[in-house]
Amino acid sequence: MKRYSTILLTALVAALASVALAQNKGEVLIKNATIMTASHGVIEGGSILVRDGKIAAVGKNSEVRAGANARVIDATGMYVTPGIIDAHSHSALDSVNEGSVSVSAMVRMKDVVDNTDISIYRQLAGGTTTIHSMHGSANSIGGQNVILKLKWGKSAEEMIVPDMPRTIKFALGENPKRAGNQSNPFGQGNRPLRFPATRMGVEFTIREAFQQAREYMREWDEYAAAKERGGDLAPPRRDLKLEAIADILRGKLLVHSHCYRADEILMLMNVADEFGWKVLAFQHVLEGYKVAKEMAAHGAGGSTFSDWWAYKIEAYDAIPGNAAIMHHKGVVTSVNSDSADLARRLYQEAAKTIKYGGLTDEEALRFITLNSAKQLKMDHRIGSIDVGKDGDLAIFNANPFSIYARVEMTLIEGEVYFDRKEDMKRRETIAKEKKELIEKERRTAPQEQRQPTPPITPTVSGPGDDQPGIKQ
Amino acid sequence: MNRNRTFRFVVKAVIAAIIAFIVIMAIKNLLPNPVVSAQQAANVFVIRNAKIVTVTGATIERGSVLIRDGKIAEVGARVTAPSNAKVIDATGLSVYPGLIDCGTSLGLTEIGSIQETRDTTELGDFNPHMRAIVAVQPHSELIPVSRANGTTTAITRPGGRLVSGQAALINLDGWTWQEMTVKTPAAMEMEYPRAQRGRGAAFAQPEGATNVAQLRERQLNALRQKLEDAQAYAKAKEARATDKSLPPRPVDHVLEALIPVVKGELPVLMIANAEREIKGAIDIADKYKLKLIISGAADAWKVASTLKEKNIPVIIGPVTDLPNNEDDDYDINYSHAAKLHKAGVKFAFQSDDAAYARNLPYQAGTSAAFGLPKDEALKAVTIYPAQIFGVDKLLGSIEVGKMANLIVTDGDPLEFKTSVKHMFINGKPVDLSSRHTKLYDKFKDRP
Repeated sequence: MKRYSTILLTALVAALASVALAQNKGEVLIKNATIMTASHGVIEGGSILVRDGKIAAVGKNSEVRAGANARVIDATGMYVTPGIIDAHSHSALDSVNEGSVSVSAMVRMKDVVDNTDISIYRQLAGGTTTIHSMHGSANSIGGQNVILKLKWGKSAEEMIVPDMPRTIKFALGENPKRAGNQSNPFGQGNRPLRFPATRMGVEFTIREAFQQAREYMREWDEYAAAKERGGDLAPPRRDLKLEAIADILRGKLLVHSHCYRADEILMLMNVADEFGWKVLAFQHVLEGYKVAKEMAAHGAGGSTFSDWWAYKIEAYDAIPGNAAIMHHKGVVTSVNSDSADLARRLYQEAAKTIKYGGLTDEEALRFITLNSAKQLKMDHRIGSIDVGKDGDLAIFNANPFSIYARVEMTLIEGEVYFDRKEDMKRRETIAKEKKELIEKERRTAPQEQRQPTPPITPTVSGPGDDQPGIKQ
Repeated sequence: MNRNRTFRFVVKAVIAAIIAFIVIMAIKNLLPNPVVSAQQAANVFVIRNAKIVTVTGATIERGSVLIRDGKIAEVGARVTAPSNAKVIDATGLSVYPGLIDCGTSLGLTEIGSIQETRDTTELGDFNPHMRAIVAVQPHSELIPVSRANGTTTAITRPGGRLVSGQAALINLDGWTWQEMTVKTPAAMEMEYPRAQRGRGAAFAQPEGATNVAQLRERQLNALRQKLEDAQAYAKAKEARATDKSLPPRPVDHVLEALIPVVKGELPVLMIANAEREIKGAIDIADKYKLKLIISGAADAWKVASTLKEKNIPVIIGPVTDLPNNEDDDYDINYSHAAKLHKAGVKFAFQSDDAAYARNLPYQAGTSAAFGLPKDEALKAVTIYPAQIFGVDKLLGSIEVGKMANLIVTDGDPLEFKTSVKHMFINGKPVDLSSRHTKLYDKFKDRP
């Protein structure tokens, strides 16, 4: 069964990759489009020129000139947006939570990237080009996250954004408390309890970690100073966990913290102020609307769901107007998926903020592009259609915030990674190939082992971390 | 005028007044009671100057809907409204029938992770005698939130067992569950035995069975046996009804509740997703003459010709769910409705949720983005649900005589940017505020 799935998947990956690899760099011209730039309004009858992966020109059709060898995409009647950025994902990862300890700052998601996760392709088909694939929320201080471009068919190394800003996941509230409580809905079995069990314990865990990191830094500083003086000391023991926390204090590792309630949002900003660092973005932050003023003053962003609520008690005060209120109070706000499912339709999720928060198309678009980029400190490279930025683009058949819109094409750095027409064309070939593989497997399987065709293993797509709607 | 003449005039006037009074009283007795009339005035509404999308008939570009005593009394370019009708000027707005969600657990659950707030799943495999309606909490915070995008009516159903219980069709407004009831039971909720899917499947230890296939077979046999028992029980009961000499039998609540099911009177809402589950459900329905509705129905498109031939409706959704298999087309669920429509299968949408039931119109809209004609998408959240649950004489379109479940919107109700401006359920205006709007209003202006 395993073998069967692997063969199929390999075939699929190969088929799709061959399309991606067939592209050349050079020039790509998208013309006759309605361009939603996310930074400087909408251009009707516009063109975008991408050269060697970067946006070389954007403007009215008449203002953009391409070379003779440019690949031309006629986008008449279509809408082009920046490639969508998901500021909270767990896709393309082999594992998500190192929840055995309360602080797991030493683990890195870049070590567990799964470039064959079908979620990558499905999300491309929804215009998503960059994801912030995060450690889970099982512990107060989790692991280090990875920023990936969804270059389906490429190696894990090629998907990881080179020189990506480093971020780390923190988690507050119910999730990190779970392992401290026997009676929780997710069931810990007979595992021993793990500290903490309360929000008090969560605060202490974080405070203690920073205290230890400070001491660790002092040890190294003292060692360096002594060495400077010509002393012949043994260096302190290298501690990868405290090294990471120390990097937060040094401003080299940026904090994204899972949270729900207003009190815990204030708590973490309080701890951060005490130790002299900043929360770059709060994740989920469903009660951000209650303390948006304080978040804005701290400089923390808010990356939230469009409309998730009521799946647990800390989500009972969640409202779909959260993003709009945070945005209006000056918080850099994004809308994320935290789900292999929603990551395929972030444009629909953003559309809901227009409905519930009375925002404009451009504001909503920024929630899934430019603002997400800011929360990843990547806005100099991605998030809007501006000259010099990466040629990451999504092409829709209609205004992306219409329910009747769908993605026709997705480009990353000027290369087409999803093309709906090509996808439809390939279906027949893939179905035929699948049938042949199954037949072959039947023929070649030893007689005594021959069994009815096994069903394909149901996908556990994107190890979700905080899925709503616990169903019975 | 002398005194005498004045006196005569007064007498005449008094006599005239008495005669007039008697005549008026006599006429009054022929007319309805004036006290009742005053109450009716409070129950008469007219929505004017609206575009009226009737769904089953032609769209009226500019017209009125008259609502009286909970029902749609008149629809047309011109309607005669009594002077005491409350007028809603809907210039620039549109009237649609309220949307119907074919599968929720509204009123039966509040906070997903807190077991104490969930009443969907009773103990035991066979619970046909469990009635969802009696556990519906009319004041659940989820209900006003679910109305936000135009849903007025929903199937609420138990779940999680082979036979989970009786689903009810409820209006999303009412002081009590009785006031909310449109039809109960609306269907018997069952789940076709299946191999466990998704996370945790590998760790499932089916009790006493060495593998899932064995467990499924055992469950199937138990289900067949239960249906056969119900047939026998119904037969015995009928025999006793005609022949009093037969000994009375004790009431068996489980079998009693299954009588309308095996008689084909109460539809079975059978959750079946994989192709072979759907085929299995059809086999069982054929064998025991059940009135079948397939719910979930992920692979229904693969069985479309049989479903059409046997006239079996399907409830699909959420179509925004991830594909079940790694090598499925990426849009397999988005485009499911279009395939069913093409094949001529009767279908409708469900949110399959409670907290997210408000996203029902987006099930239909997303399907339209992937090939379903827009008018079919609208029908699949209005008239088709009504037809599938046998209430199309009552709900699902704007027609005279139907229950006045209506929404007044500023556009296409399937679109994100559309807002519901007014809602009527059972002829009464409904408050469109909710926990969400109240918190929003409270905090947006926080100093």
